[in-house]
Amino acid sequence: MEVVSRKTITMTVNGESYEREVDARRLLIHFLRDDLDLTGSHIGCDTGNCGACSVLVDGVLVKSCMLLAIQADGAKIETVEGLAQDGELTALQQAFSDHHGLQCGYCTPGMLMSATALLRSNAHPNDEEIRKAIQGNICRCTGYVNIVAAIKAAAE
Amino acid sequence: MTETTVTPERPLVVEEGETRPGFIGQNVPRKEDKRLVQGEGVFFDDMKRHEMGFVHFVRSPYAHARIKAVDVSKALELDGVYGTLTGDEVAILTDPFFELSTPPGAHIKDYALAVGKARHVGDPVAAVVARTRELARDAAELVEVEYEPLPVLLDAEQALDDEIVLHEDAASNTVWSGVFDWGDFDAAVADADHVIKIERLHFDRFSSTPLECSGCLVEFNRGTGQWTIHGNHQMPGVGAIWMAPALRVGIDKLRFVSQDIGGGFGNKITLHPQFTACCLLARKLNRPVQWTEWRTDQHTANTHGNERTFLDVTVPVKADGTMLGFSVRAIDDCGAFPRYEPLGCIIWAQVTPGCYRWRNVRVDFTQVCTNKSPVAPNRGYSRMQHLWLTERIVDIVAGELGLDPVEVRKKNYVKHEEFPYETPNGCIYDSGDYARCLDIALDLIGYNSLEEKRRDAESRGKLFGIGIGSTLDSGTNNFGQSLILNPELQFSGNNEVATVKLDIFGEVVVTLGTVPQGQGHETTTAQVVADILGCTPDDINVRAGHDTYWNSNAGFSGTYASQFAVTGLGAVKGAADKLAGEMKQLAAAVFGCSPDDIELVESQARIKGNSEAALPFMALGAILNANNAGLPEDLDITLNVRHVYRPPFEKPDLERKFGNLTLTYATQIHACALEVDPDTGVYEIVDYAAVDDCGNRIHPQIVEGQVHGATAQALGAATHEIFTYDEEGNLLTPNFYDYHVPHALDMPPMQTGFIESESPFTPLGAKGMGEGGGAGIHAVCAALQNALGKRGEGPIVWRSCNPYHRVWEMLESPAETRKLVSVESR
Repeated sequence: MEVVSRKTITMTVNGESYEREVDARRLLIHFLRDDLDLTGSHIGCDTGNCGACSVLVDGVLVKSCMLLAIQADGAKIETVEGLAQDGELTALQQAFSDHHGLQCGYCTPGMLMSATALLRSNAHPNDEEIRKAIQGNICRCTGYVNIVAAIKAAAE
Repeated sequence: MTETTVTPERPLVVEEGETRPGFIGQNVPRKEDKRLVQGEGVFFDDMKRHEMGFVHFVRSPYAHARIKAVDVSKALELDGVYGTLTGDEVAILTDPFFELSTPPGAHIKDYALAVGKARHVGDPVAAVVARTRELARDAAELVEVEYEPLPVLLDAEQALDDEIVLHEDAASNTVWSGVFDWGDFDAAVADADHVIKIERLHFDRFSSTPLECSGCLVEFNRGTGQWTIHGNHQMPGVGAIWMAPALRVGIDKLRFVSQDIGGGFGNKITLHPQFTACCLLARKLNRPVQWTEWRTDQHTANTHGNERTFLDVTVPVKADGTMLGFSVRAIDDCGAFPRYEPLGCIIWAQVTPGCYRWRNVRVDFTQVCTNKSPVAPNRGYSRMQHLWLTERIVDIVAGELGLDPVEVRKKNYVKHEEFPYETPNGCIYDSGDYARCLDIALDLIGYNSLEEKRRDAESRGKLFGIGIGSTLDSGTNNFGQSLILNPELQFSGNNEVATVKLDIFGEVVVTLGTVPQGQGHETTTAQVVADILGCTPDDINVRAGHDTYWNSNAGFSGTYASQFAVTGLGAVKGAADKLAGEMKQLAAAVFGCSPDDIELVESQARIKGNSEAALPFMALGAILNANNAGLPEDLDITLNVRHVYRPPFEKPDLERKFGNLTLTYATQIHACALEVDPDTGVYEIVDYAAVDDCGNRIHPQIVEGQVHGATAQALGAATHEIFTYDEEGNLLTPNFYDYHVPHALDMPPMQTGFIESESPFTPLGAKGMGEGGGAGIHAVCAALQNALGKRGEGPIVWRSCNPYHRVWEMLESPAETRKLVSVESR
């Protein structure tokens, strides 16, 4: 069997189509950040625990450090950069600001993607459902209090 | 998003007898948020440079080993590898970083890479630079290092024996030691009705683990010999003091730049070794180099919070529960290199008696090196460990003597009417009302229905406990305390800088010296400037982040140690006041009146009471900057004002180790109720309240956010977060897989309350806050103590971190910990 170390892939990210040749071992998060310069998604760990790199792949919430770029070949990706349209924040983004749901802002992009995924599947989550939905996202600044409040407010 | 301004509700007194609406005290929208919620912040790792190389450090797998040889040849053969750096090169190209301590610590030699010996697992031995992150990592594996393993030292008390010595140059593991003795402790013991002795308490190792790891992108300008360091150092002024002499260059050759930083919590204060290695690589390879720390490296080899063992705690107590002070022998374990940490030998003294009126305190303090990760300031730095001691003392004494933990606190707290209060070592607690904060906290957790809750928990087979954590968040350091450590040091006082200018189109531009990591400096700065210049926060452009080449920084610039509301905003206020004065002077020159006749309102300078005679900011900016012919010759203004805020401090009396070490003392009083499963030791916090008093709050929402965050970190440290080593010195919790920080589901229901005791000593009546003093750790320990046993019978909670298995152990063998405490009653 031929060992493939590089591959040309295509991807739609936030509605834009991209075609790039990548190392087979390139992580999706590094592909987004380093190759496409979409630096909104962040990296906070080596082990898939922190959720700062969370994006939507074909509508499914994924930690993009846990996926190779080539595994997302042909996929439709949504990242934090694609949330606001024409400079207009989504209700969630606005709620994060209104409720002080962010401090340093490093976890925020991943948190917003997890919350976006939640609200698409459950428009009116309760506190427990919200906490469960963001349990894969670590925040070291807020104690989650205002993040939960922001998501709840956005749902209302 | 349309930017909105909040209509101010609270009048701000601007001049005697005159009031107007103000933005200080309002929850105005944060200026930082719009970019951050769109992923448009710029963190160091977001930056790219043409042909930059990625740095990967080769790290020691041994906790203690002699480095016999380092061979980088195979790494260099790999296609795409740009170059390497070894400890031998570092020893030639740089001088060791200066040490803060007196001998023996002064003789320690600390370089950017390990020279001769590796002293902890993860100690960087060499560095590799390559075209991609992955290649750099591959190449690092090809670096061959020959080690001779040495015996490993992991125990601070064993370190005192010096049988295994980490730093041969120092010839001892002791970094620094000193005795602090205030009041008359022996007389207090003689005068006491009870003397309680606690053999041992231990504050465990953890860290705030900011979500963004450390790192930098370094460019070297060969023509000027200047490095630009785009990184997340949170105290670059001090970083440069460390790095420039080591690199043998003037301090202006180091330009530190940051925009957004993903949390710091003190863990990004000692990045000078890694940054120095990157500077050497950028110069050697003649290309920009980028280093992003891996999470596992951050846990293993960046910084931990300091670990402290308290031995032979002795507490004299009167029959009515009045405590007269305490004595203790403290051993601080700073890991492999002391770096900033010798200051931790002194910094606890900012809060010597905690919240209490204790007048007789004796502390015998020693700091030692061990083969563990180095430590650095970590949220609550050094005071947190000490305040945990004071709170453990109160609860253990209360438990042994059958005193009510609430009443005994109120009896011993410094009283509201005693402020400003001078502690036995000369610190001036500026203002506060601890008893009132405690009452609010107890109200919030429903203390009145305590017995009902206890019965309810017991009916479900659970043990119920309640605990209090009373802490001080001392802020605005007097760096003169470093002289107590080492009289030869040339540090004292404190300073911070801000520059405010009115630009040509009337734009107000503010440049800070601070290095924010999420504290909302752009927002609170705009509030203060808007109130002074008579405009709105939307009219104020606060530059994001820090750049030493903005020339708006001083020796202590940075964001650390709960001080922005005092030092940062003190500088902002000073600069804005001066600019307001200049704007009035200019308007007066145009109108031919006195500056006293001019007022700044609605983004205009106008003659008081005459809205027709008004110059908009745009006109003022344009006149001075571009249309200034005919202005009076003696009009000496620039509309570009730099102000250095310098808090009023004296150098301490070194003989007595006496003096005011910090300017403000914010209060955090927490209360916690928890239920323990007696069969498993699993426990759950069922009610939690945090009450804060940081004087005048500039932006209540930001203050409350800091309280939430500090509490979450403290609860993590109390319940799960601990850096545990095996006997060979391997860290067993090297990343978030093993090191469990609180997730959303882990956080208990939390309520917050506040009072505002204005500080009489600060420009805005505000106090620095944010660190929180680890109140959550103290409260959880107290609640566990309360839950696990009755008076004189239950186990003693003697460690700061109590995961379920430790609770289970205490339940299984209460006698094991009970023997740590003895009571002598007369």
